[in-house]
Amino acid sequence: MNIPGDLKYTEGHEWVRVEGNVGYVGITDHAQHELGDIVYVELPEIDTEIESKEEATNIESVKAAAPVYSPVSGKIVKINEDLEDNSELMNTDAYGAYIFAVEMSDLSELDSLMDADAYKEFLEKE
Amino acid sequence: MLKRTPLFEVYRTYEGAKLIDFGGWELPVNFSSGIIAEHMAVRENAGLFDVSHMGEVTVEGETSEAFLNWLLPNNVKGMQENQCLYSPMCYPDGGVVDDLLVYKYNRSKYLLVINASNVEKDYKWITEENEWVKKESNLPKFENLSTSMSSVAFQGPKSTEYLAEMVGKEVNDIKFFYFRDDLKINGLDCIISRTGYTGEVGYEIYVDEKDAPALWSYILETTKDKGVLPIGLGARDTLRFESKLPLYGHELTKDITPLEANLGYFIDLENDDFCGKDSLVKQKQNGIPRSLRGCEMVDKGIPREGYKVFLDGNEVGHVTSGTKSPMLNKFCGLVLIKRDLGLKLGDEIQIDIKGKLKAAKLVKTPFYKNI
Repeated sequence: MNIPGDLKYTEGHEWVRVEGNVGYVGITDHAQHELGDIVYVELPEIDTEIESKEEATNIESVKAAAPVYSPVSGKIVKINEDLEDNSELMNTDAYGAYIFAVEMSDLSELDSLMDADAYKEFLEKE
Repeated sequence: MLKRTPLFEVYRTYEGAKLIDFGGWELPVNFSSGIIAEHMAVRENAGLFDVSHMGEVTVEGETSEAFLNWLLPNNVKGMQENQCLYSPMCYPDGGVVDDLLVYKYNRSKYLLVINASNVEKDYKWITEENEWVKKESNLPKFENLSTSMSSVAFQGPKSTEYLAEMVGKEVNDIKFFYFRDDLKINGLDCIISRTGYTGEVGYEIYVDEKDAPALWSYILETTKDKGVLPIGLGARDTLRFESKLPLYGHELTKDITPLEANLGYFIDLENDDFCGKDSLVKQKQNGIPRSLRGCEMVDKGIPREGYKVFLDGNEVGHVTSGTKSPMLNKFCGLVLIKRDLGLKLGDEIQIDIKGKLKAAKLVKTPFYKNI
């Protein structure tokens, strides 16, 4: 299972890539594998204020819908519009296909997320 | 403890096989290729499904024909030997117990193939609870073979060609909805019917449970170079959905009559008395309340089972099944809606997707048709 070292992870299998005070959010390779072929990504609206652990959006595989929770609090400043017509990028490029980006209001929240080693251990236990 | 088919030990070793709980059965939702690739393999080539979880019941004895002709709304009396017949099975109120396939050996011997999740309910209904068996004294002999009989489905436009290579040219002569029980595959005795649940040419093959692993492996190994894939339940559902084949619990339930599900073709109201006939005749005379229609999303979103359907602000029905059609590459749904709305193809309805009303339009069904 692919788990890049430079990202932060949640127990809900989201990842965050930090660039300055902006966090890019997607779902992990493990999550896309569990969901199977992803056929629809509902994109959140730009400028939405969101709390950490709040449901930000939904992604749908052939069989079912799965919620995506924001790992961090702040304002949604970017969404990945490529996913509207190419939802399969979630399967083929799990760590390239971010869903949305949050301008983080509290950078200390990142400390509560798992690093790659901790996430790997978490997956092994799950 | 989940039930497993005799093939479980075979495919549990496959890398990428994803097993899920399907109505109490541990079955693969998909193999390593994924649902969409498996779907396309069946539409363009051929694929092999484990359907051993399905139930089988034999009905034998001189009253078998009379009994089944009463039990089922479709015309069992009109069947030829070695023919298969699809029929709903109704309660007296016209609601559906299950839908099934009837295999006729002769007037005194039939095989019923029923849905896995309904085996116990159906067997009780067929053998104890209906009016006929309560009233009559000369009953057929029933046997539940659901665990001793296994089955696979081999489906797709190339299935006839590949199967003929394994069985012989006799396969080419099996007509749609007929079967043979005197053919062998790699020395294994089997029943082969030209039936299926995909909307493609295809076959369902029944063997003794001990032979199922050998049959499965033989078919896959023989056809490996041709791109034949094992297919999971995920693609089984998307394939039957595109072809508008009903799934019990979704398009058919005890609260939905076959007439509402637009299965009138399989209800012979001219036939002798059958269980549910009075209710269905009355429903047809008084106006069938609902209709099963197909829709395609105009706005973005996937219509999922249970979502409410609206027309001009009024709730008019619900979604029974929905997914992204791999062939059309569109988000589609089957909706059970009021029949008297006067809606035509292309007319707009709205579906409540997670609290937002999203536009959809009625389209022709089946969504996809190849045969």
